[in-house]
Amino acid sequence: MSNIAITDAGPSTAAKPLLTRLGAGFVSRLVIIVPYLWLLFFFFIPFIIVFKISLSQSAIAMPPYTPVLDFTDGISGFFAGFRELSFDNYVWLTQDALYFKAYVTSVIIAAVSTILTLLVGFPIAYGMARAPATIRPTLLMLVILPFWTSFLIRVYAWIGILKPEGLLNQLLLSLHIINQPLIILNTYTAIFIGIVYSYLPFMVLPLYSSLEKMDYSLIEAAKDLGCPPTAAFWKITFPLSLPGVIAGCLLVFIPAVGEFVIPDLLGGSQTLMIGKTLWNEFFANRDWPVSSAVAVILLLLLIVPIMLFQQAQARAQEQDK
Amino acid sequence: MNATWSRFNVTSVVLGFAFLYLPIVLLVVFSFNESKLVTVWGGFSTKWYVSLFHNQGLMDATWVTARVGVISATVATVLGTLAALTLTRYTRFRGRILFSGMVFAPLVMPEVITGLSLLLLFVAVGLDRGFLTVTLAHITLTMCFVAVVVQSRLVSFDRSLEEAAMDLGATPVKTFFQITLPVIMPAIVSGWMLAFTLSLDDLVIASFTSGPGATTLPMKIYSQVRLGVTPEINAACTILIAVVAVGVIIASVANKRREVQRQLDEQAAQRG
Repeated sequence: MSNIAITDAGPSTAAKPLLTRLGAGFVSRLVIIVPYLWLLFFFFIPFIIVFKISLSQSAIAMPPYTPVLDFTDGISGFFAGFRELSFDNYVWLTQDALYFKAYVTSVIIAAVSTILTLLVGFPIAYGMARAPATIRPTLLMLVILPFWTSFLIRVYAWIGILKPEGLLNQLLLSLHIINQPLIILNTYTAIFIGIVYSYLPFMVLPLYSSLEKMDYSLIEAAKDLGCPPTAAFWKITFPLSLPGVIAGCLLVFIPAVGEFVIPDLLGGSQTLMIGKTLWNEFFANRDWPVSSAVAVILLLLLIVPIMLFQQAQARAQEQDK
Repeated sequence: MNATWSRFNVTSVVLGFAFLYLPIVLLVVFSFNESKLVTVWGGFSTKWYVSLFHNQGLMDATWVTARVGVISATVATVLGTLAALTLTRYTRFRGRILFSGMVFAPLVMPEVITGLSLLLLFVAVGLDRGFLTVTLAHITLTMCFVAVVVQSRLVSFDRSLEEAAMDLGATPVKTFFQITLPVIMPAIVSGWMLAFTLSLDDLVIASFTSGPGATTLPMKIYSQVRLGVTPEINAACTILIAVVAVGVIIASVANKRREVQRQLDEQAAQRG
């Protein structure tokens, strides 16, 4: 790893004897190199392989694709392999309207759920931030706790609630609010509920941390100067909570686009989302090259939001310092 | 301060927590249901827990999941702590942007992509899918969460403590183990717990990367849920929730005790 050159080896190393300094240099190099190599090998290189396989053909073999960039025949085999690379899988994705629809639906569902999560999460985070300081740690703990319970279990719990003969319908029928059971399970509504529920802590936590830092005397000042509460909210509270809003929205939106468990368990077979399409392409159709192509396009869709997320993280880190 | 906690604030917090907790409470309640129907109450019974312990497939999956969780969380904690040190201490090495990208991207990356890409890597290097591959996959995912948790502690760390130790002649390695590590220990412990529960929880990445003989509990639960909702799954979920809840409570009590002890020590030091 020649590209990792350390220029900052800690503040007070200059005064140390040479031998200690060399030892420290070796250790700090190790601190960087071990996680770096791990992530390079298990996170970065796999993407290159996905891209590579998305350009190959599916074949009845194990692994079920024709080899791309095969070095077994030496350098000439390598170039022969190059000629066999094809964008057929990508052409196939554009020709079948199903994939396009799945991408668009996923982005729309994720965007709508993100807004819904923000609308549900903001009052909770605001209420927590205004709570007496003594109970705030407990409230915070209570938001984090569901995050520790299994995602799968939390989604599963909603099946029992939303089923036609489920608890929600039983309640509404017994209160005579409805006469016919509502069909919610296996619809897009169920997916929205599932995403809002599962990702709510991801929204509340960043919102809370920016709302808690806010100086509430600003609002009192605005009130004293005759500003109505709604205007005060849009002019003061919302702009000041914007870093939290952005971080929360990205934390919900990005994974929601590729979500598999929620559309699969709550959305039924009629709903279309790209994570589910990729899963079926891989496990049911066993077409690895096409599922790789689906993954590459999904990644391209998400690359901008992911970079925004990373910048937001870096900025938050700078502020903490 | 109390005057500003308006009725609206209280209501939104209470409703929010009801929304967060009601589904889980209902799930636990119906695991004690006598009736086979998950949604109709037929009296109290623990029979589903008994039948759970006679379900060999489920028991095997639990054992696999526990082993994968402990091993992957432990390795991920070491790697994640190193990554956090790198991110906070070495701000100017070449390739840093790629490094921080590789730490933060897995946090939001859709699991289907991570799972598929790891599987293709394992196939490419000729590693048989099974216990080892699931563990490697979980280490990769969870070390990034550990890194973020530990990093937030390191950022607020008082560097002058380390400088003092080094001025007094401690080597950097000794300084790390005697000064830095004890201070960031609470974050490392919660990082381990987070890694463990994420591993316990993961369905998608495990489905891609595991092979025959290494079926994890979420995979087992998922395949049973697809066949239909039964109180037995509720019972399995309840046990899982109980294990995690007990772990979280023990960790937070231990943390609090350590904090109190530290304050006592500081007071004693000031007096002495």
